[in-house]
Amino acid sequence: MSELLVRAGGLYTTVQDTGRFGYYHMGMPPSGAMDVYSAVVANMLVGNPDGAGVLEGTYVGPTLEFTDDRVVAVTGADVPVTVNDEPVEPWTAIRVGPGDVLGFAMIRAGCRVYVAVSGGIDVPVYLGSRSTYTLTGIGGHQGRKLVDDETLPLGSGDGSARPGAVVPEELRPELAGPAELRTVIGLCSYRLTEDALASFLGTDWKVTKDADRVGYRLRGGKLDFTDREQPFGAGSDPANVVDLGYPVGSIQVPGGDEPIVLLNDAVTGGGYATIGTVISVDRDRIAQTKTGDVVRFTSVDLDTALAARRDRRERIERVRREIAR
Amino acid sequence: MTTIKAQMPGVFYRRPAPEKPVYVDDGEEISQGQTIALIEVMKTFNEVKADESGTVAEFLVEDGDEVDVGQDIVRLGEV
Repeated sequence: MSELLVRAGGLYTTVQDTGRFGYYHMGMPPSGAMDVYSAVVANMLVGNPDGAGVLEGTYVGPTLEFTDDRVVAVTGADVPVTVNDEPVEPWTAIRVGPGDVLGFAMIRAGCRVYVAVSGGIDVPVYLGSRSTYTLTGIGGHQGRKLVDDETLPLGSGDGSARPGAVVPEELRPELAGPAELRTVIGLCSYRLTEDALASFLGTDWKVTKDADRVGYRLRGGKLDFTDREQPFGAGSDPANVVDLGYPVGSIQVPGGDEPIVLLNDAVTGGGYATIGTVISVDRDRIAQTKTGDVVRFTSVDLDTALAARRDRRERIERVRREIAR
Repeated sequence: MTTIKAQMPGVFYRRPAPEKPVYVDDGEEISQGQTIALIEVMKTFNEVKADESGTVAEFLVEDGDEVDVGQDIVRLGEV
């Protein structure tokens, strides 16, 4: 069996794929790559199926040593990448061999970096996915983030990778801020006053230090809720409603002043009013914002959200054609 | 000017716990790999280690300040 040596785990690097679906109703979030586009494209570059296991690094990337001939690609955040301390291009399929070491310098923009290796990160499949869910310690590599000096299993590639293949600039994500997040308003937006909803959409929200795979906590404004008689089963905070399932991407505002956007490792339900849901395509965008960055919400309808999803699918197929040329 | 930079964004702390003394004082000598501060992000406290040896000329960030990636934390003087 072939292995990838983890010389340094980086700050918070996990094995992810496109997610573990079908268990949300039991309280199990999908996990999976936070920036799906970057993860899928990384896999394409190295000739893997779209849903193969990749590494997702956060802020400080891992240092990886190869033990055999592979093709590797790095996508996602804007960060200088090196092989044996020599700069290499991101969004490009790179041939590496035994003893070669892939490393990262400090990120320039974005937050999460994706590393795909031909053959894929071949950790055991758990409930249909290789994604790591660290809160309960399941999936991925032993259910946790990578640590220094350990090994990861690699699958065998099918030899379809074409070293040198490049994703054109215009098909790489825009990382310059502020991040515009298209949002479908609801399910419990009726709890906000009209002014508060307008203020929510008009505010530049800053990403706090509490921003991880579970959710992003934001700061920058104060939202008022309408007066109401506390319904049976709801908590006493004006932000409370009778418990409901939280959509991935939904925005809740405990206390009215710190909106939380739930993401891939979301809490699956609870008693806070969800005032809107960031559309799936733009969750890739918020995944590339870091603590201190600014995000804004714009209201869109469901048709717009679905059109954006179709556009992204077409964009992914464009990348596939570009790489195959 | 030689500086030590933040490798990640977050909240900057000069001491391991509120009631503990600072990791290093201005003017103190530090060696490569030594922990000089903490940055809190993603619900974890991450040690900031000196990437080279030297003397701490001054801290450029206050205890409890927010820092960004690449921000200068410490200015190093002559050894």
